[in-house]
Amino acid sequence: MPETAFFGKRIKNPIILASGILGMTKAGLERTCENGCGAVTTKSLTPEPRKGHEGPNIVETESGILNAMGYPNPGIDDGLKEFGGWKREEALIISIAGKDEKEFAGLAKKVDAEKNLGATAVEAVLSCPHTPGYGTMVGQGTPESVGRITAAIKENTKLPLIIKLSPSVPGEIKAAQAAEEGGADAINMGNSLGPGMRIDIHRKKPVLGFAMGGLSGPPIKPIAVRCVYDIYENVKIPIIGTGGINAGVDAIEMMMAGAQWVGVGTAVYYRGADVFGRIAREMEAWMELNGYSKLKEITGAAHE
Amino acid sequence: MNRYELLNPVYTKKVKKVIKENYRVKTIEIDHYIDALPGQFLMVWVPGVGERPMSIGNSAPLTISVANVGKVSSKICGLKEGDDISYRGPFGKPFLLPKTVRKVLCVGGGYGVVPMYFLAKTAKENRIEAYAVVGAKTAKDIIWEKQLFMVCKEVFVTTDDGSRGKKGTVMAEAEELIGKMDYVCCCGPEKMMEAVAKLCREKKVPCLVSIERYMKCGVGICGSCDINGKLCCLDGPVFSGEDALSLSEFGKCSRDATGRKTR
Repeated sequence: MPETAFFGKRIKNPIILASGILGMTKAGLERTCENGCGAVTTKSLTPEPRKGHEGPNIVETESGILNAMGYPNPGIDDGLKEFGGWKREEALIISIAGKDEKEFAGLAKKVDAEKNLGATAVEAVLSCPHTPGYGTMVGQGTPESVGRITAAIKENTKLPLIIKLSPSVPGEIKAAQAAEEGGADAINMGNSLGPGMRIDIHRKKPVLGFAMGGLSGPPIKPIAVRCVYDIYENVKIPIIGTGGINAGVDAIEMMMAGAQWVGVGTAVYYRGADVFGRIAREMEAWMELNGYSKLKEITGAAHE
Repeated sequence: MNRYELLNPVYTKKVKKVIKENYRVKTIEIDHYIDALPGQFLMVWVPGVGERPMSIGNSAPLTISVANVGKVSSKICGLKEGDDISYRGPFGKPFLLPKTVRKVLCVGGGYGVVPMYFLAKTAKENRIEAYAVVGAKTAKDIIWEKQLFMVCKEVFVTTDDGSRGKKGTVMAEAEELIGKMDYVCCCGPEKMMEAVAKLCREKKVPCLVSIERYMKCGVGICGSCDINGKLCCLDGPVFSGEDALSLSEFGKCSRDATGRKTR
Protein backbone atom coordinates (compact mmCIF):
# COMPACT_ATOMS: atom_id res chain seq x y z
CA MET A 1 0.00 0.00 0.00
CA PRO A 2 2.71 2.58 0.76
CA GLU A 3 4.57 1.74 -2.48
CA THR A 4 5.17 4.70 -4.72
CA ALA A 5 7.19 5.97 -7.66
CA PHE A 6 10.45 7.85 -7.47
CA PHE A 7 11.55 9.30 -10.81
CA GLY A 8 10.40 6.32 -12.79
CA LYS A 9 11.50 3.74 -10.25
CA ARG A 10 8.96 1.81 -8.16
CA ILE A 11 9.96 1.94 -4.50
CA LYS A 12 8.41 0.02 -1.63
CA ASN A 13 7.56 3.11 0.43
CA PRO A 14 8.10 6.88 0.44
CA ILE A 15 10.64 6.77 3.28
CA ILE A 16 14.01 8.20 2.24
CA LEU A 17 17.15 8.04 4.37
CA ALA A 18 18.21 11.68 4.73
CA SER A 19 21.76 12.55 3.73
CA GLY A 20 24.39 12.63 6.43
CA ILE A 21 22.81 9.84 8.44
CA LEU A 22 24.46 6.39 8.31
CA GLY A 23 25.43 6.77 4.63
CA MET A 24 29.23 6.63 4.91
CA THR A 25 29.53 3.32 3.06
CA LYS A 26 27.64 1.36 0.45
CA ALA A 27 27.24 -1.52 2.91
CA GLY A 28 25.74 0.93 5.40
CA LEU A 29 23.20 2.10 2.82
CA GLU A 30 22.36 -1.48 1.87
CA ARG A 31 21.69 -2.29 5.49
CA THR A 32 19.45 0.77 5.76
CA CYS A 33 17.50 -0.56 2.77
CA GLU A 34 17.10 -3.84 4.60
CA ASN A 35 15.89 -1.81 7.58
CA GLY A 36 12.98 -0.61 5.48
CA CYS A 37 13.85 2.50 3.42
CA GLY A 38 12.35 3.04 -0.02
CA ALA A 39 15.30 5.18 -1.02
CA VAL A 40 18.63 6.14 0.53
CA THR A 41 20.84 9.20 0.28
CA THR A 42 24.64 9.13 0.51
CA LYS A 43 26.75 11.36 2.72
CA SER A 44 27.12 14.65 0.91
CA LEU A 45 30.13 14.42 -1.38
CA THR A 46 32.44 17.42 -1.77
CA PRO A 47 35.20 17.93 -4.39
CA GLU A 48 37.94 16.93 -1.91
CA PRO A 49 37.83 14.50 1.04
CA ARG A 50 36.80 16.12 4.33
CA LYS A 51 37.40 14.96 7.89
CA GLY A 52 34.55 17.04 9.28
CA HIS A 53 34.49 19.00 12.51
CA GLU A 54 36.28 18.07 15.73
CA GLY A 55 33.99 16.38 18.28
CA PRO A 56 31.66 16.37 20.05
CA ASN A 57 29.70 16.14 16.81
CA ILE A 58 26.36 15.63 18.45
CA VAL A 59 24.78 16.65 21.69
CA GLU A 60 21.33 15.86 22.94
CA THR A 61 19.06 18.68 24.13
CA GLU A 62 15.70 18.66 25.89
CA SER A 63 14.17 19.24 22.48
CA GLY A 64 15.90 17.29 19.75
CA ILE A 65 19.59 16.83 19.04
CA LEU A 66 22.17 19.28 17.81
CA ASN A 67 24.78 18.07 15.36
CA ALA A 68 27.76 19.57 13.62
CA MET A 69 29.40 16.88 11.54
CA GLY A 70 31.02 19.27 9.04
CA TYR A 71 30.54 17.13 5.92
CA PRO A 72 32.93 14.25 6.63
CA ASN A 73 33.14 12.40 3.32
CA PRO A 74 35.66 10.63 1.10
CA GLY A 75 35.37 13.23 -1.67
CA ILE A 76 33.48 12.87 -4.94
CA ASP A 77 35.98 10.55 -6.67
CA ASP A 78 36.33 7.95 -3.91
CA GLY A 79 32.69 8.48 -2.94
CA LEU A 80 31.32 7.55 -6.35
CA LYS A 81 33.53 4.46 -6.36
CA GLU A 82 32.26 3.53 -2.90
CA PHE A 83 28.55 3.87 -3.76
CA GLY A 84 28.69 2.89 -7.43
CA GLY A 85 27.30 -0.29 -8.95
CA TRP A 86 23.99 0.16 -7.13
CA LYS A 87 21.58 -2.57 -8.23
CA ARG A 88 18.97 -2.70 -5.49
CA GLU A 89 15.24 -2.09 -5.89
CA GLU A 90 15.55 0.84 -3.44
CA ALA A 91 16.56 4.10 -5.09
CA LEU A 92 20.00 5.61 -4.53
CA ILE A 93 20.34 9.39 -4.29
CA ILE A 94 23.82 10.90 -4.57
CA SER A 95 24.11 13.98 -2.37
CA ILE A 96 26.57 16.67 -3.44
CA ALA A 97 27.79 19.78 -1.62
CA GLY A 98 29.82 22.51 -3.28
CA LYS A 99 30.97 25.97 -2.29
CA ASP A 100 29.54 27.71 -5.36
CA GLU A 101 27.85 26.96 -8.68
CA LYS A 102 31.21 26.13 -10.26
CA GLU A 103 31.94 23.44 -7.68
CA PHE A 104 28.40 22.11 -7.93
CA ALA A 105 28.69 21.95 -11.71
CA GLY A 106 31.96 20.02 -11.42
CA LEU A 107 30.44 17.59 -8.93
CA ALA A 108 27.37 17.04 -11.14
CA LYS A 109 29.61 16.39 -14.14
CA LYS A 110 31.49 13.69 -12.22
CA VAL A 111 28.25 12.06 -11.06
CA ASP A 112 27.02 12.06 -14.64
CA ALA A 113 30.25 10.60 -16.01
CA GLU A 114 30.46 7.75 -13.50
CA LYS A 115 29.80 4.47 -15.28
CA ASN A 116 27.44 1.92 -13.71
CA LEU A 117 26.61 4.25 -10.83
CA GLY A 118 23.02 3.04 -10.61
CA ALA A 119 21.76 6.22 -8.92
CA THR A 120 18.20 7.44 -9.52
CA ALA A 121 18.74 11.09 -8.63
CA VAL A 122 21.26 13.63 -7.48
CA GLU A 123 20.56 15.92 -4.53
CA ALA A 124 22.29 19.26 -4.07
CA VAL A 125 22.46 20.47 -0.47
CA LEU A 126 22.19 24.24 -0.16
CA SER A 127 21.14 24.18 3.44
CA CYS A 128 23.78 22.87 5.86
CA PRO A 129 23.66 25.29 8.81
CA HIS A 130 27.08 24.55 10.32
CA THR A 131 29.85 24.19 7.75
CA PRO A 132 31.91 27.26 6.79
CA GLY A 133 31.94 27.81 3.04
CA TYR A 134 28.79 25.77 2.47
CA GLY A 135 25.03 25.99 2.82
CA THR A 136 23.33 28.68 4.82
CA MET A 137 26.63 29.93 6.27
CA VAL A 138 27.41 31.43 2.86
CA GLY A 139 23.87 32.26 1.83
CA GLN A 140 23.36 29.40 -0.63
CA GLY A 141 19.66 29.39 0.22
CA THR A 142 18.80 32.80 -1.23
CA PRO A 143 16.56 32.65 -4.33
CA GLU A 144 19.32 34.10 -6.57
CA SER A 145 21.89 31.59 -5.37
CA VAL A 146 19.44 28.66 -5.58
CA GLY A 147 18.55 29.63 -9.16
CA ARG A 148 22.20 29.94 -10.21
CA ILE A 149 23.31 26.68 -8.62
CA THR A 150 20.29 24.73 -9.90
CA ALA A 151 20.86 25.89 -13.46
CA ALA A 152 24.59 25.12 -13.27
CA ILE A 153 23.93 21.57 -12.07
CA LYS A 154 21.19 20.92 -14.64
CA GLU A 155 23.61 21.78 -17.43
CA ASN A 156 25.92 19.05 -16.23
CA THR A 157 23.77 16.06 -15.39
CA LYS A 158 20.96 14.11 -16.96
CA LEU A 159 19.89 12.68 -13.61
CA PRO A 160 16.80 14.13 -11.91
CA LEU A 161 17.89 16.92 -9.58
CA ILE A 162 16.62 17.45 -6.04
CA ILE A 163 17.41 20.78 -4.36
CA LYS A 164 17.65 20.52 -0.59
CA LEU A 165 16.55 23.74 1.11
CA SER A 166 16.71 24.99 4.66
CA PRO A 167 13.77 25.62 7.01
CA SER A 168 15.90 28.31 8.69
CA VAL A 169 16.24 30.74 5.79
CA PRO A 170 13.43 33.27 5.35
CA GLY A 171 12.07 33.27 1.82
CA GLU A 172 11.95 29.51 1.35
CA ILE A 173 9.00 29.87 -1.03
CA LYS A 174 10.97 32.13 -3.37
CA ALA A 175 13.94 29.78 -3.07
CA ALA A 176 11.76 26.82 -4.06
CA GLN A 177 10.36 28.77 -7.00
CA ALA A 178 13.90 29.68 -8.07
CA ALA A 179 14.83 25.98 -7.96
CA GLU A 180 11.80 25.12 -10.08
CA GLU A 181 12.61 27.83 -12.62
CA GLY A 182 16.24 26.67 -12.69
CA GLY A 183 15.05 23.24 -13.75
CA ALA A 184 15.02 21.27 -10.48
CA ASP A 185 12.97 18.09 -10.56
CA ALA A 186 12.09 18.08 -6.87
CA ILE A 187 12.53 20.07 -3.67
CA ASN A 188 13.76 18.47 -0.50
CA MET A 189 12.29 20.79 2.09
CA GLY A 190 14.24 20.17 5.17
CA ASN A 191 17.53 20.18 6.86
CA SER A 192 18.46 20.62 10.48
CA LEU A 193 17.28 23.93 11.92
CA GLY A 194 19.38 26.76 13.23
CA PRO A 195 22.26 26.68 13.95
CA GLY A 196 21.68 26.33 17.65
CA MET A 197 24.00 25.94 20.61
CA ARG A 198 24.16 24.03 23.85
CA ILE A 199 26.45 25.31 26.58
CA ASP A 200 27.59 22.98 29.33
CA ILE A 201 27.03 25.03 32.46
CA HIS A 202 29.64 23.09 34.46
CA ARG A 203 32.38 23.60 31.88
CA LYS A 204 31.06 26.98 30.74
CA LYS A 205 31.70 26.05 27.11
CA PRO A 206 29.61 25.15 24.06
CA VAL A 207 29.51 21.35 23.90
CA LEU A 208 29.80 20.88 20.14
CA GLY A 209 33.32 20.94 18.72
CA PHE A 210 32.11 23.52 16.20
CA ALA A 211 30.27 25.34 19.03
CA MET A 212 27.04 25.48 17.03
CA GLY A 213 25.06 22.91 15.11
CA GLY A 214 21.78 22.09 13.41
CA LEU A 215 18.77 21.06 15.47
CA SER A 216 16.93 17.94 14.37
CA GLY A 217 14.34 15.56 15.74
CA PRO A 218 10.63 15.85 16.66
CA PRO A 219 10.77 19.53 17.77
CA ILE A 220 11.50 20.77 14.23
CA LYS A 221 8.58 18.93 12.63
CA PRO A 222 6.05 21.79 12.86
CA ILE A 223 8.45 24.10 11.05
CA ALA A 224 9.23 21.55 8.35
CA VAL A 225 5.51 20.81 7.90
CA ARG A 226 4.72 24.52 7.54
CA CYS A 227 7.53 25.00 5.00
CA VAL A 228 6.32 22.03 2.95
CA TYR A 229 2.74 23.34 3.14
CA ASP A 230 3.76 26.75 1.81
CA ILE A 231 6.01 25.37 -0.92
CA TYR A 232 3.31 22.95 -2.09
CA GLU A 233 1.03 25.93 -2.73
CA ASN A 234 3.68 27.68 -4.81
CA VAL A 235 5.55 25.12 -6.91
CA LYS A 236 4.49 22.25 -9.16
CA ILE A 237 7.51 19.97 -8.76
CA PRO A 238 7.22 17.23 -6.10
CA ILE A 239 8.51 17.68 -2.57
CA ILE A 240 10.45 15.50 -0.16
CA GLY A 241 9.42 16.55 3.36
CA THR A 242 12.27 16.20 5.84
CA GLY A 243 12.41 17.22 9.48
CA GLY A 244 11.30 15.58 12.70
CA ILE A 245 9.61 12.52 11.22
CA ASN A 246 9.67 9.94 13.99
CA ALA A 247 6.57 7.80 13.41
CA GLY A 248 4.03 6.81 10.78
CA VAL A 249 1.60 9.57 11.73
CA ASP A 250 4.36 12.16 11.36
CA ALA A 251 4.96 10.93 7.81
CA ILE A 252 1.22 11.10 7.05
CA GLU A 253 1.10 14.66 8.39
CA MET A 254 4.09 15.68 6.28
CA MET A 255 2.48 14.17 3.19
CA MET A 256 -0.83 15.91 3.87
CA ALA A 257 1.16 19.16 3.95
CA GLY A 258 2.25 18.35 0.41
CA ALA A 259 5.20 15.95 0.47
CA GLN A 260 5.30 13.09 -1.99
CA TRP A 261 8.12 11.41 -0.06
CA VAL A 262 9.49 11.89 3.45
CA GLY A 263 13.09 12.13 4.63
CA VAL A 264 14.00 10.37 7.87
CA GLY A 265 17.24 10.76 9.81
CA THR A 266 17.33 11.58 13.50
CA ALA A 267 14.60 9.01 14.18
CA VAL A 268 17.37 6.36 14.18
CA TYR A 269 18.60 7.94 17.42
CA TYR A 270 15.21 7.76 19.12
CA ARG A 271 13.87 4.49 17.69
CA GLY A 272 16.82 2.51 16.32
CA ALA A 273 18.28 1.56 12.97
CA ASP A 274 15.12 -0.29 11.88
CA VAL A 275 12.93 2.80 12.31
CA PHE A 276 12.40 3.15 8.53
CA GLY A 277 10.45 -0.07 8.16
CA ARG A 278 8.58 0.66 11.38
CA ILE A 279 7.44 4.05 10.09
CA ALA A 280 6.36 2.43 6.80
CA ARG A 281 4.34 -0.22 8.63
CA GLU A 282 2.78 2.40 10.87
CA MET A 283 1.77 4.39 7.79
CA GLU A 284 0.23 1.32 6.25
CA ALA A 285 -1.73 0.51 9.40
CA TRP A 286 -2.97 4.08 9.65
CA MET A 287 -4.05 4.12 6.00
CA GLU A 288 -5.91 0.85 6.42
CA LEU A 289 -7.70 2.05 9.55
CA ASN A 290 -8.69 5.30 7.91
CA GLY A 291 -9.73 3.95 4.54
CA TYR A 292 -6.89 5.17 2.35
CA SER A 293 -5.55 2.85 -0.32
CA LYS A 294 -3.01 5.08 -2.11
CA LEU A 295 -0.46 7.62 -1.01
CA LYS A 296 -1.78 9.89 -3.75
CA GLU A 297 -4.91 10.44 -1.67
CA ILE A 298 -2.73 11.74 1.15
CA THR A 299 -0.20 14.02 -0.53
CA GLY A 300 -1.50 17.58 -0.29
CA ALA A 301 -4.76 16.50 1.41
CA ALA A 302 -4.50 19.45 3.78
CA HIS A 303 -4.92 21.81 0.86
CA GLU A 304 -8.21 20.49 -0.43
CA MET B 1 6.95 21.77 34.14
CA ASN B 2 9.62 19.15 34.60
CA ARG B 3 12.70 19.20 32.44
CA TYR B 4 12.81 16.37 29.92
CA GLU B 5 15.16 13.59 30.78
CA LEU B 6 17.96 13.13 28.26
CA LEU B 7 18.86 9.74 26.84
CA ASN B 8 22.55 10.63 26.83
CA PRO B 9 23.47 13.50 29.11
CA VAL B 10 26.98 14.90 29.30
CA TYR B 11 28.36 14.21 32.77
CA THR B 12 30.95 16.39 34.45
CA LYS B 13 32.60 14.80 37.49
CA LYS B 14 35.82 15.12 39.49
CA VAL B 15 39.01 13.19 38.86
CA LYS B 16 39.56 11.12 41.99
CA LYS B 17 42.97 9.67 41.30
CA VAL B 18 45.59 9.68 38.53
CA ILE B 19 47.92 6.70 38.27
CA LYS B 20 50.97 6.73 36.01
CA GLU B 21 51.06 3.31 34.33
CA ASN B 22 54.15 3.78 32.18
CA TYR B 23 56.01 6.32 30.05
CA ARG B 24 52.85 7.37 28.23
CA VAL B 25 49.77 5.79 29.78
CA LYS B 26 47.81 7.21 32.69
CA THR B 27 44.85 5.66 34.46
CA ILE B 28 42.19 8.04 35.66
CA GLU B 29 39.70 7.16 38.37
CA ILE B 30 36.58 9.32 38.34
CA ASP B 31 34.37 10.16 41.29
CA HIS B 32 31.31 8.64 39.65
CA TYR B 33 29.49 5.36 39.41
CA ILE B 34 27.67 4.49 36.20
CA ASP B 35 25.97 1.28 35.27
CA ALA B 36 28.60 0.19 32.75
CA LEU B 37 29.57 -3.28 31.59
CA PRO B 38 32.97 -4.59 30.39
CA GLY B 39 33.57 -3.73 26.74
CA GLN B 40 31.49 -0.54 26.78
CA PHE B 41 33.02 2.86 26.18
CA LEU B 42 32.69 6.53 27.07
CA MET B 43 32.96 9.53 24.77
CA VAL B 44 35.34 11.71 26.78
CA TRP B 45 35.10 15.43 26.06
CA VAL B 46 37.85 17.99 26.54
CA PRO B 47 36.13 21.37 26.12
CA GLY B 48 37.58 23.38 23.26
CA VAL B 49 39.79 20.48 22.13
CA GLY B 50 37.72 17.47 21.13
CA GLU B 51 36.11 14.19 22.08
CA ARG B 52 37.41 10.62 21.91
CA PRO B 53 35.97 7.17 22.62
CA MET B 54 37.64 5.56 25.64
CA SER B 55 37.29 2.00 26.85
CA ILE B 56 35.95 1.63 30.38
CA GLY B 57 38.38 -0.13 32.73
CA ASN B 58 36.12 -0.28 35.77
CA SER B 59 32.68 0.95 36.74
CA ALA B 60 33.15 1.52 40.48
CA PRO B 61 35.02 3.80 40.50
CA LEU B 62 34.57 4.70 36.88
CA THR B 63 38.02 4.27 35.35
CA ILE B 64 39.69 4.90 32.02
CA SER B 65 43.26 4.45 30.85
CA VAL B 66 44.64 6.92 28.37
CA ALA B 67 47.76 6.82 26.19
CA ASN B 68 49.22 10.22 25.48
CA VAL B 69 49.21 10.01 21.69
CA GLY B 70 47.25 13.04 20.41
CA LYS B 71 45.85 16.44 21.17
CA VAL B 72 42.77 15.19 23.07
CA SER B 73 44.49 12.34 24.92
CA SER B 74 47.40 14.58 25.97
CA LYS B 75 44.90 16.91 27.68
CA ILE B 76 43.24 13.98 29.42
CA CYS B 77 46.64 12.69 30.52
CA GLY B 78 47.36 16.14 31.96
CA LEU B 79 44.38 16.01 34.34
CA LYS B 80 45.12 16.16 38.07
CA GLU B 81 43.20 15.01 41.11
CA GLY B 82 40.17 17.27 41.67
CA ASP B 83 39.99 18.46 38.05
CA ASP B 84 36.74 18.26 36.09
CA ILE B 85 36.31 15.50 33.52
CA SER B 86 33.35 15.35 31.11
CA TYR B 87 31.93 12.43 29.16
CA ARG B 88 28.82 10.79 27.81
CA GLY B 89 28.03 7.10 27.88
CA PRO B 90 28.32 4.23 28.53
CA PHE B 91 27.84 3.17 24.91
CA GLY B 92 28.08 -0.04 22.90
CA LYS B 93 27.49 -3.75 23.30
CA PRO B 94 29.45 -5.29 26.19
CA PHE B 95 31.26 -8.60 26.64
CA LEU B 96 28.47 -10.81 27.95
CA LEU B 97 29.17 -14.37 29.06
CA PRO B 98 26.52 -17.10 29.15
CA LYS B 99 25.65 -18.31 32.67
CA THR B 100 27.18 -21.73 31.99
CA VAL B 101 30.72 -20.41 31.54
CA ARG B 102 33.17 -21.54 34.24
CA LYS B 103 36.52 -20.61 32.72
CA VAL B 104 37.15 -17.55 30.58
CA LEU B 105 40.36 -16.51 28.88
CA CYS B 106 40.87 -12.74 28.60
CA VAL B 107 43.37 -11.85 25.90
CA GLY B 108 44.53 -8.24 25.87
CA GLY B 109 47.03 -6.74 23.48
CA GLY B 110 48.44 -3.29 24.22
CA TYR B 111 45.73 -0.98 25.58
CA GLY B 112 43.23 -3.79 24.99
CA VAL B 113 44.16 -4.97 28.48
CA VAL B 114 41.95 -2.25 30.02
CA PRO B 115 38.51 -3.76 29.24
CA MET B 116 39.98 -7.22 29.86
CA TYR B 117 40.62 -6.25 33.49
CA PHE B 118 37.01 -5.04 33.84
CA LEU B 119 35.82 -8.30 32.29
CA ALA B 120 38.01 -10.50 34.52
CA LYS B 121 36.87 -8.58 37.60
CA THR B 122 33.22 -9.00 36.63
CA ALA B 123 33.83 -12.68 35.88
CA LYS B 124 35.36 -13.18 39.32
CA GLU B 125 32.38 -11.50 40.97
CA ASN B 126 30.21 -14.04 39.15
CA ARG B 127 32.37 -16.99 40.29
CA ILE B 128 33.84 -17.52 36.84
CA GLU B 129 37.57 -18.35 36.75
CA ALA B 130 39.38 -15.76 34.66
CA TYR B 131 42.76 -16.33 33.02
CA ALA B 132 44.58 -13.51 31.26
CA VAL B 133 47.15 -13.21 28.52
CA VAL B 134 48.72 -9.79 28.32
CA GLY B 135 50.67 -8.87 25.21
CA ALA B 136 52.83 -5.80 24.68
CA LYS B 137 55.68 -4.54 22.50
CA THR B 138 58.23 -4.44 25.31
CA ALA B 139 58.29 -4.80 29.10
CA LYS B 140 57.74 -1.08 29.60
CA ASP B 141 54.53 -1.15 27.52
CA ILE B 142 52.76 -3.62 29.80
CA ILE B 143 49.92 -2.01 31.73
CA TRP B 144 47.32 -3.19 34.26
CA GLU B 145 49.27 -6.37 35.01
CA LYS B 146 49.07 -5.92 38.79
CA GLN B 147 45.34 -5.25 38.65
CA LEU B 148 44.84 -8.41 36.60
CA PHE B 149 46.70 -10.48 39.22
CA MET B 150 44.05 -9.41 41.75
CA VAL B 151 41.16 -10.89 39.77
CA CYS B 152 42.65 -13.68 37.63
CA LYS B 153 43.55 -17.23 38.44
CA GLU B 154 46.69 -16.86 36.31
CA VAL B 155 48.23 -14.09 34.22
CA PHE B 156 50.52 -14.82 31.28
CA VAL B 157 52.71 -12.16 29.70
CA THR B 158 54.17 -11.98 26.21
CA THR B 159 56.32 -9.26 24.63
CA ASP B 160 57.37 -8.82 21.02
CA ASP B 161 61.04 -8.48 22.02
CA GLY B 162 61.02 -11.00 24.86
CA SER B 163 61.90 -8.34 27.47
CA ARG B 164 59.16 -9.80 29.72
CA GLY B 165 57.38 -13.13 29.64
CA LYS B 166 57.37 -15.25 26.53
CA LYS B 167 58.76 -13.73 23.36
CA GLY B 168 56.20 -13.32 20.62
CA THR B 169 52.57 -12.32 20.25
CA VAL B 170 49.81 -13.27 22.69
CA MET B 171 49.41 -16.42 20.60
CA ALA B 172 52.63 -17.73 22.17
CA GLU B 173 50.59 -18.29 25.35
CA ALA B 174 46.99 -18.25 24.10
CA GLU B 175 47.50 -21.12 21.67
CA GLU B 176 47.76 -23.71 24.45
CA LEU B 177 45.21 -22.09 26.75
CA ILE B 178 42.29 -21.63 24.37
CA GLY B 179 41.46 -25.34 24.20
CA LYS B 180 41.13 -25.50 27.99
CA MET B 181 38.57 -22.68 28.21
CA ASP B 182 34.76 -22.43 27.84
CA TYR B 183 34.98 -18.90 26.48
CA VAL B 184 37.56 -16.48 25.10
CA CYS B 185 37.35 -12.68 25.09
CA CYS B 186 39.83 -10.58 23.25
CA CYS B 187 40.70 -6.92 22.78
CA GLY B 188 43.74 -5.56 20.98
CA PRO B 189 45.23 -5.13 17.53
CA GLU B 190 42.91 -6.48 14.85
CA LYS B 191 45.41 -8.97 13.40
CA MET B 192 45.81 -10.43 16.86
CA MET B 193 42.03 -10.70 17.38
CA GLU B 194 41.68 -12.30 13.97
CA ALA B 195 44.27 -14.94 14.89
CA VAL B 196 42.54 -15.60 18.23
CA ALA B 197 39.08 -15.81 16.61
CA LYS B 198 40.38 -18.26 13.99
CA LEU B 199 41.99 -20.47 16.58
CA CYS B 200 38.81 -20.41 18.68
CA ARG B 201 36.83 -21.47 15.62
CA GLU B 202 39.26 -24.33 15.06
CA LYS B 203 39.05 -25.44 18.71
CA LYS B 204 35.28 -24.84 18.82
CA VAL B 205 35.53 -22.42 21.73
CA PRO B 206 33.13 -19.47 21.51
CA CYS B 207 34.83 -16.12 21.48
CA LEU B 208 34.12 -12.38 21.59
CA VAL B 209 36.31 -9.63 20.16
CA SER B 210 36.19 -5.84 20.46
CA ILE B 211 36.56 -3.96 17.17
CA GLU B 212 37.75 -0.38 17.01
CA ARG B 213 36.91 2.05 14.22
CA TYR B 214 37.15 5.81 13.77
CA MET B 215 34.14 7.14 15.65
CA LYS B 216 32.28 10.45 15.58
CA CYS B 217 28.83 10.41 17.20
CA GLY B 218 29.00 7.20 19.27
CA VAL B 219 25.24 6.69 19.12
CA GLY B 220 24.45 5.22 15.69
CA ILE B 221 23.65 8.35 13.69
CA CYS B 222 26.67 9.34 11.62
CA GLY B 223 27.86 6.01 10.23
CA SER B 224 31.57 6.83 10.59
CA CYS B 225 32.45 3.64 12.53
CA ASP B 226 31.09 1.37 9.79
CA ILE B 227 32.60 -2.07 9.23
CA ASN B 228 30.83 -3.84 6.37
CA GLY B 229 27.59 -2.03 7.19
CA LYS B 230 27.77 -2.78 10.94
CA LEU B 231 28.34 0.07 13.35
CA CYS B 232 31.04 -0.34 15.99
CA CYS B 233 29.24 2.09 18.31
CA LEU B 234 25.87 0.30 18.36
CA ASP B 235 26.29 -3.21 16.91
CA GLY B 236 29.69 -3.42 18.59
CA PRO B 237 32.30 -2.74 19.70
CA VAL B 238 32.00 -6.33 20.94
CA PHE B 239 31.21 -8.87 18.23
CA SER B 240 31.25 -12.65 18.34
CA GLY B 241 34.36 -14.10 16.75
CA GLU B 242 32.21 -15.71 14.06
CA ASP B 243 30.48 -12.42 13.23
CA ALA B 244 33.83 -10.64 13.12
CA LEU B 245 35.36 -13.27 10.82
CA SER B 246 32.35 -12.92 8.50
CA LEU B 247 33.14 -9.20 8.02
CA SER B 248 35.47 -8.86 5.03
CA GLU B 249 37.07 -5.70 6.44
CA PHE B 250 37.94 -7.32 9.80
CA GLY B 251 41.71 -7.58 10.08
CA LYS B 252 42.07 -6.21 6.56
CA CYS B 253 41.18 -2.55 6.38
CA SER B 254 39.71 0.33 8.26
CA ARG B 255 38.39 3.80 7.39
CA ASP B 256 39.72 7.21 8.31
CA ALA B 257 37.73 10.31 9.34
CA THR B 258 36.80 10.99 5.72
CA GLY B 259 35.42 7.48 5.23
CA ARG B 260 38.21 6.44 2.87
CA LYS B 261 39.64 2.96 3.28
CA THR B 262 43.05 2.73 4.89
CA ARG B 263 45.65 -0.08 5.13
